[in-house]
Amino acid sequence: MNKLLNVSTSPHVRSSASTSSIMCDVLIAMAPAALFGIYQFGFRAFLIIVICVATAMLTEYIYEKAMKKPITIMDYSAAVTGLILALNMPAYIDLWIPALGSVFAILIVKQLYGGLGQNFMNPALAGRCFLLISFAGKMTQFFPDGVTGATPLAALKAGESVNLLDMFIGTIPGTIGETSVIALLIGAAYMLAKKVINWKIPFTYIATVAVFALIFGGHGFDMTYVAAQICGGGLIFGAFFMATDYVTSPITPNGQIIYGVCLGLLTGIFRIFGPSAEGVSYAIIFCNLLVPLIEKVTMPTPFGREAKK
Amino acid sequence: MEKATFQGGTHPYDGKELSKSLPIKAVLPKGDLVYPMSQHIGAPAKPVVSVGDHVLVGQRIAEAGGFVSANICSSVSGTVKAIEPRLLVSGAVCPAIVVENDHEYKAVEGFGEQRDYTKLSKEEIRKYVQDAGVVGMGGAGFPNHVKITPQDDSKIDYVLVNGAECEPYLTSDYRVMLEDPERIIGGVKVLLRLFENAKGVIGIEDNKPDCIEKLTEMTKDEPRITVQPLRTKYPQGAERTLIYACTGRKINSSMLPADAGVVVDNIDTVVAIYKAVCESTPLIRRVVTVTGDAIKEPRNFEVKTGTCYAELIDEAGGFTCEPEKIVSGGPMMGMALYSLEVPVTKTSSALLCMSKDEVAAMAPTACIRCGRCVEACPSNLVPQKMVEFAERFDDEGFEKIGGMECYECGSCTYVCPAKRRLTQAFKQARKSVMDKRRNAKK
Repeated sequence: MNKLLNVSTSPHVRSSASTSSIMCDVLIAMAPAALFGIYQFGFRAFLIIVICVATAMLTEYIYEKAMKKPITIMDYSAAVTGLILALNMPAYIDLWIPALGSVFAILIVKQLYGGLGQNFMNPALAGRCFLLISFAGKMTQFFPDGVTGATPLAALKAGESVNLLDMFIGTIPGTIGETSVIALLIGAAYMLAKKVINWKIPFTYIATVAVFALIFGGHGFDMTYVAAQICGGGLIFGAFFMATDYVTSPITPNGQIIYGVCLGLLTGIFRIFGPSAEGVSYAIIFCNLLVPLIEKVTMPTPFGREAKK
Repeated sequence: MEKATFQGGTHPYDGKELSKSLPIKAVLPKGDLVYPMSQHIGAPAKPVVSVGDHVLVGQRIAEAGGFVSANICSSVSGTVKAIEPRLLVSGAVCPAIVVENDHEYKAVEGFGEQRDYTKLSKEEIRKYVQDAGVVGMGGAGFPNHVKITPQDDSKIDYVLVNGAECEPYLTSDYRVMLEDPERIIGGVKVLLRLFENAKGVIGIEDNKPDCIEKLTEMTKDEPRITVQPLRTKYPQGAERTLIYACTGRKINSSMLPADAGVVVDNIDTVVAIYKAVCESTPLIRRVVTVTGDAIKEPRNFEVKTGTCYAELIDEAGGFTCEPEKIVSGGPMMGMALYSLEVPVTKTSSALLCMSKDEVAAMAPTACIRCGRCVEACPSNLVPQKMVEFAERFDDEGFEKIGGMECYECGSCTYVCPAKRRLTQAFKQARKSVMDKRRNAKK
C-alpha cells in the first residue's frame, strides 16, 4: 500500500443532511405560498420576492467580504431570511422598503450578532417589525392605491363575518405569503415529512390560540370564529415557518411545548385585547427573547440520573 | 414478542449486506503471532514464558496482572521468538509475546475435553472462565470472571445476551447466531447456573429476522430463556440501551449493570464461556468481519488471536482500490488504523476498509441549533450545549451539564448537519475530567 491512511477519531461516517440541504428544503416548502402570492398579487409580488432574497444574500456577501470572514451565502440561510421577509410584505409597497428590511435583518440582527446560529431574534421577523414600526401605514396597506378594505381579522374584530373558504384558499387581502392556508399547509407537510421541523411548536402554538379564542374571544363556541382566528393573521405561516426557526426556538423537547404555549398566549392577548388585529410577529420576537430562559428550566435529566432529583 | 426500543438513536447506512451471506471461514495464520499483554480492561497481563520456550495451543503464556485482569493463552504451537513492545490497534505500543508458528497446532493436555456444567460447582465454573482468559468480546474487553462474580448472586435477575450488533457493517455476531446457536444457548445456561434467580434474555435487532426465528425456535422449550426482538436503531447494542429495552431498568455512568440486577454479555463472549467451561477451550480465536467497499470479497473469518490484520486482507481477496481509511471495529465507534501490522486480539471485531473518507471531505460550519443532536442522544443529553463547554475546555461546566453520562456512541456527530465534531470534543473533555478525578484520588 503506497498511500498514507487517514486517521481520525470515531464516528467515521456522517448523515447526508447538511445546513444547505435543510435550508433548501425550507425554500421548497415556502414555494407553494410564494407561487400563490405571485398568482394572487401579480408581478409586483414576484419583484418583491426577488428583491428581498437578492438583497439579503448581497448584504451577507458584502459584510463577510468586508470583515474578511468566510463567505457563507451558499448555505442559503440568507435566502431563507429574504424569502420569509418577502412573504411577509404587502404586495403594493414601494420596492425600496422590503430591500431596507432585508438589509436590517441580515446586517443588524444576524451578522452583527455573530452570523449564522447567533441571532437572538428571528431576523426576518425582526426586519418586518422594524418596517412595521417605521412605515406603519404602508405596511398595512393591503390594497392597491385608492382602494380601501379590511383584512379578514380586522373585519372579525369590527364584528363582521368572514368567508372561511376564501381564507383557506387565499383569495383575501394580506401579505404576499400568508393568505393561502392550503398552500402553506402543503409546505408544512413537506417539512414535517422531511423531518425539518417537528409537530411540537406549530401544534401547541395553534392549539393555544384556538383555546384562547374560545375562552376570551367573546364569541363563545362559535367554531367559525375559532377557525377564522386560526386561518387568518399569518398564524399558519408564523407557526410553521417562523416560530420553528432553529436558532431562535428552544432545543429541548419540553421547552418547545412551553414556547408554543407562550406564543399562543401572547398572540391571543395581542389580537383580542390589543388595538390591532394582528399579533403573530410581535409574539414571536418577544418569545424569541424568552428562549434562553425556557431552555434553562427545561434541560432534560440525563438517562439514569432521574432518581437523584 | 413485541419489539422493544429506547428513546433517541439514529439510523446510519447498514452496510451489512456486504458480508452477511457467506458462512464464517476459519483461517490459519501465516506469519508470527503477536499477543499483546494489554487486550482487556484492567492491569496488563504478565508473561510466564521466556524467549526460546516452546509453547502449545491453549497453553497459558501470560497470567492476570491483578484482580481486574485476564490470562492470555497461545493460539498456536511454536517457539517464543521475542517479548518486546509492539503496536496495537489503538495506536499505543505495549509489551507483547511474539510466537513463531510451527504450524503443527499441538495442544496442551486436556484441551477440548468435554465437561458437564451441571456437575460443576459455581466456584469451578468461575475458575474455568478465569483460566480461559474470557473477556468481553463486544469490544470493551472487561474480564468476564470479574463480571460474573457480583457481590450477591441472588440479586441478579437478568442474564442479557447482546445480539443487537447495532454497529453498521458488522455481521460476525449475526453469523455466529446462525451457525453456532447451540453454544450460545449452552453459554446462557452455564450463566443461569450461577444466578439461580435470573432469566436469560437474548436481545436481537429486527434486521436479523432469521436469527430471531432460529433462536426463538431453539429456546421455545427453555423455561428460563427468551428472545427479545429489538427495533433496529443505533446504539441498541450499547449496554445501557440494551438493559433498558430488555428490562426497563436504567443505569447511569456511576453504576455497573450488576447494581441493577443485570449481567450483560456479547454473543461471542457467551460462546467463549461455554467453550471454556464445557469444552476446556481457552479464548484463542475471534470472528472478525472484513468488509467495506474497498474489499474484494467481504466476509467473516474465524481468526486465531495474534494473527496479523494484514493477512486478513489477503484472505478477503485483497483491495478493490487503495482505501483512504481503515477502521478496526465499526464506523460509529471503531478506531482508525495507520498500519495493518497490528495483531488481532480478543476484542477485535471487524476490519472496515473505506475507499473514501467522508469525514475528511466535510469541514465543520456554524451550529444552527437544529436540535437533531438532542433527538439522537440515547443518554438524554443536550450535545449542543455540552460541546460549548468542551470546546472552551471548561471541564466543570461540562460535568455539570451531564457530560460524563456520554458514552461516545457518535449518534450526535453522525446526524449533525453542520458537520461539527461533537464526539471528538466529548472524548477530549471526558478524558480530561477522568484524569482529574484519578489525580484527585491519589
